[in-house]
Amino acid sequence: MPEVVVTGLGTTNPIGGNVPDTWAAALSGTSGIRTLDNDWAERYEIPVDFAGTLKVPAGEVLPVRDTKRMDPSTQFAVIAADEAWADAGAPEVDPERLGVVVSSGIGGVWTILNAWDTVKEKGARRVLPMTVPMLMPNSSAAFISVRFGGKAGAHAPVSACASGAEAIGDAVEMIRSGRADVVIAGGTEAAIHPMPLAAFAKMQALSTRCDDPQGACRPYDVTRDGFVMGEGAGIVVLESREHAEARGARIHAVLAGVGMSADAYDVAPPDPSGAGQERAMRLAVADAGIVGDDVAHVNAHATATPAGDLVEAKAISRVCGESVLVSATKSMTGHLLGGAGAVETIFTVLAVRERLAPPTINVTEPEPELPVDLVRDQPRALPGDGPVHAINNAFGFGGHNVALVVRSA
Amino acid sequence: MALTESEILAGLAEIVAEETGLPAEQVTPEASFADDLDIDSLSMMTIMTYAEEKFEVRIPDEDATSLSTVQDAVDFIAKAQA
Repeated sequence: MPEVVVTGLGTTNPIGGNVPDTWAAALSGTSGIRTLDNDWAERYEIPVDFAGTLKVPAGEVLPVRDTKRMDPSTQFAVIAADEAWADAGAPEVDPERLGVVVSSGIGGVWTILNAWDTVKEKGARRVLPMTVPMLMPNSSAAFISVRFGGKAGAHAPVSACASGAEAIGDAVEMIRSGRADVVIAGGTEAAIHPMPLAAFAKMQALSTRCDDPQGACRPYDVTRDGFVMGEGAGIVVLESREHAEARGARIHAVLAGVGMSADAYDVAPPDPSGAGQERAMRLAVADAGIVGDDVAHVNAHATATPAGDLVEAKAISRVCGESVLVSATKSMTGHLLGGAGAVETIFTVLAVRERLAPPTINVTEPEPELPVDLVRDQPRALPGDGPVHAINNAFGFGGHNVALVVRSA
Repeated sequence: MALTESEILAGLAEIVAEETGLPAEQVTPEASFADDLDIDSLSMMTIMTYAEEKFEVRIPDEDATSLSTVQDAVDFIAKAQA
């Protein structure tokens, strides 16, 4: 079975418009959360007036012809894919051996809602002909497949906030099963629109700390009151080791293990026992051929909801012990929904490559019973000097659990 | 009150510029949508959807994709206004 390595990284998100800027911002503990420049909160009585909008607007990167034909979620994915592909050295690969797995939690929600507004206000003749190709949840996968000529298959596995990580997990399997040598994989989301904000707020899932947006996302803090919506995309280029080495590619890390499970408990909150999350991590660790104690670092899903964070922390400690270094980078980026698992896989790859766990900001009063070693305001070095392993967790409404094990190259 | 041909041309150039990022001056009467302005059939239908609204005319979808040059579109809209 081919070993799968990471040769390209790309992102655009609330703390950076590319990977180097994002990593530098993360290491220095930068918040990407801002008060929104609109009147939605007042006009629609939405209890939240802040979110993590892109640090570098997509319109500053892509030409008009692209922005007019792509939903914002696809624009973000394409920006990240362009960076990841260039970072991988634009590999020469047989198109029939190049795959794409890029997903989103929600899909083209701006396109859907704008088109419906048009139908209501102006009638069906004013609906734009690109509406359907723009709103499809597989739109990003399709645009990226066309852009890079990937003919091995273009897929979009949807699992709410686990989507980005699930896409990367599926991409690993695509290479292992022999369907592709190179896969462009990741996740994206562009849902900072009043409807999703209103809907997540109604579930009481969002922080309402409007007087302190940068301090609002507080994973593991006793005063945490919900997640903060973010937007953006993360894309990786995965490759069989054989293919990468044959072309002399630089290898960032090894995508060593994939574990997935479903809670089968509820369509919204996680199983409070954390059994499904634990099983995903155990499967990923076994798939990587290691044991839980070998894991030095976890980039946790940790969205800063009162219920979710501790369930996950306990599951992590059951698998990896209590000395594992845990980071919750959503404290800085906000929650990128379908983009989260992919951007956080990039953080995890960089963490093992640089042997440095990024900080978790806004933790002033950590949960007293936290059974893991939380990386707070400053980055911390990963212990040892041999190969190092880390887990990225991503969980989604519906009980979808994905854990990926990354090993230093 | 019907618009003049030059007013229609200017309005059309505005829509094309907005849709493609091309400078409006490039949208000349003799320019071919496909060959000179690199506008494919879906973009053409998008542009004609906006043109219907702007010029308050009806441009059936099958006509929208048969307009080859900018002048063809100006003529069609002028006639539809009458």
